[in-house]
Amino acid sequence: MESHPSVLTPELREQAERITARYPAGRRRSAVLPLLYLVQSVEGRVTREGLREVAGLLGITTAEVEAVATFYTMIRLRPTGRYVVSVCTNLPCALRGAREVLEAAHRAAGVPEGGEISEDGMFGVHEEECLAACDAAPVVTVNFVNYDRTTPERVTELVEALRRGEEPAPSRGSFPGDFKRMSRVLAGLPPEEAVP
Amino acid sequence: MSDRPIVLTGRWGEPDTVWMDRYLETGGYRGLRKALKMTPAEVIEEVKASGLRGRGGAGFPTGVKWSFVPQDTGKPTYLVVNFDESEPGTFNNRELVERDPHQFLEGAIIAAYAVQSHTAFIYCRGEFVWPGMILERIVAEAYDEGFLGKDILGTGYDLDVVIHRGAGAYICGEETALLSSLEGYRGQPRLRPPFPAVEGLYASPTLINNVETLANVPHVLEKGADWFKGFGSEKSPGTKIFSVSGKVERPGNYEAPLGTTAREVIEELAGGVPGGKRLKAWTPGGSSTPFLTDQHLDVHLDFEEVQAAGSLLGTGAIMVCDETDCMVEVTRRLTQFYAHESCGKCTPCREGTWWGVRVLGRIEAGYGRQEDLKLLDDLGKNMLFKAFCALADGAVSPIASSLKFFHDEYERHIGERRCPVTGKSPGISSEMGKERTDVPHAAEEPEWIDMSEVLR
Repeated sequence: MESHPSVLTPELREQAERITARYPAGRRRSAVLPLLYLVQSVEGRVTREGLREVAGLLGITTAEVEAVATFYTMIRLRPTGRYVVSVCTNLPCALRGAREVLEAAHRAAGVPEGGEISEDGMFGVHEEECLAACDAAPVVTVNFVNYDRTTPERVTELVEALRRGEEPAPSRGSFPGDFKRMSRVLAGLPPEEAVP
Repeated sequence: MSDRPIVLTGRWGEPDTVWMDRYLETGGYRGLRKALKMTPAEVIEEVKASGLRGRGGAGFPTGVKWSFVPQDTGKPTYLVVNFDESEPGTFNNRELVERDPHQFLEGAIIAAYAVQSHTAFIYCRGEFVWPGMILERIVAEAYDEGFLGKDILGTGYDLDVVIHRGAGAYICGEETALLSSLEGYRGQPRLRPPFPAVEGLYASPTLINNVETLANVPHVLEKGADWFKGFGSEKSPGTKIFSVSGKVERPGNYEAPLGTTAREVIEELAGGVPGGKRLKAWTPGGSSTPFLTDQHLDVHLDFEEVQAAGSLLGTGAIMVCDETDCMVEVTRRLTQFYAHESCGKCTPCREGTWWGVRVLGRIEAGYGRQEDLKLLDDLGKNMLFKAFCALADGAVSPIASSLKFFHDEYERHIGERRCPVTGKSPGISSEMGKERTDVPHAAEEPEWIDMSEVLR
């Protein structure tokens, strides 16, 4: 398994060591989520090779890594798109019209209802649970940065802008980039320009 | 309204996130300076004397929790900040971090000093991409200013902070599940005892506090326990940030003393229900706290009174439904949340939430049976207090309370085979008024399954 590491470059393997070093001695396993994010930042999702590589870095089995990876919704084992559009439909958003926004997101992104990703691989659309911004309901996030008080029209414009290659400024914070780059941020790597 | 005391949101008028310079200019890190001149035991005593109670939902006295962390066990002691805010309707931790992040960090450093911890973890919800970036910056700022690292402010006290991002799992807000997650496992809760204070992270003594709780701490230290007790009610001192959402004019976070009436928060601060409609139901503290109704608007929002009224203060997340909202639909949607977020460890929760969605879904769609109400009641009894953690109990809250206060509405859904609130016909969800396929059994009459037999 260790003979052909294919996902992480030598530079990223060095980063992986820095990530595991954040945790107390003998507690490398704590780094499993950030390392899964690191692999996701290369592949846009986590493949079986990625799972193996994380296992190798942590000295645990691939099955143990897979058990973790399948538990958390932000670790994506299937292709998920460059831009993941999440629409919260939990109660506060539902009370303010989230269902229409979700339908509009599906239409605009070309992701069939019940499907996960557009044919060209550009968009994923997901129905999301509460995103803790209920004052701004209905909430839409793109790669998990927020666009407040959306409407079907606004989410359609948002998707079309992304398709044109624009990265519309979120309601708060800055756009983390595509899904791979967002995963890099979540791995806690120090891309200086990504820190506010 | 203008003379409402403000403790936690004093810097929220600032146009930008309050970074280190501005935080120091406005009195920041005075509480920490004062704490570091006291002994850890004195710090704990001050917090105990303030009566501060945990804001994450349980309301346990903060100083008492700190005093439970044993010293001299020969193991390291850890502080874990719970920033996995995910309870539906709750968004005050997020805004605390987005606007004035050093406030809770200062509180965390004081807490770590009090329990003599040298390593603190901030467990940041995975979806909080931007708040997490803020954390990275403020932690770096705190190292630069000498509030973190070796020999903090020349006192000889050392503390390192590690930011750990979650990856999308409501259950990780439950403190033992959070610890499992932080150790690199699936986020499943553990049996207590042993409590985290004694055997928490890496089986070492661990203090876990919520962001809002810690945001109070610098104020308690700087201005003293007596000052803090000047706000709120006797057993629930201080202020609380209430997150108000749903059918109100001005959804948002509002800081008010504990013990403020629900009417004041919902009607005065959040502007009341729009369009002159009648308020139908509200939660005092997120979806895991039982619904109350317009009959309970004069309840004082503190831990005791809300409990006496039959609910819980929880996280202070007030979700408001008006008279046009169908309570069966509302309950089905919340139950769907618990079914999605159940970690699967305990059978009553894993199966109960799943079945709950199905039974509620069929009532909503006009295919309910008279027996279903008894069935839902049984379901709740088979879930409540029967699982490792409180997720199952939380899931019962909307079901049991909506059955209690809106029994007629359920009966009419079943009797009239349609929604009496929206008037929609069988097979059609009231949501959108369109047929939908994601509500189980919405499309056709389902096979009858006697769940009470399955659960026994």
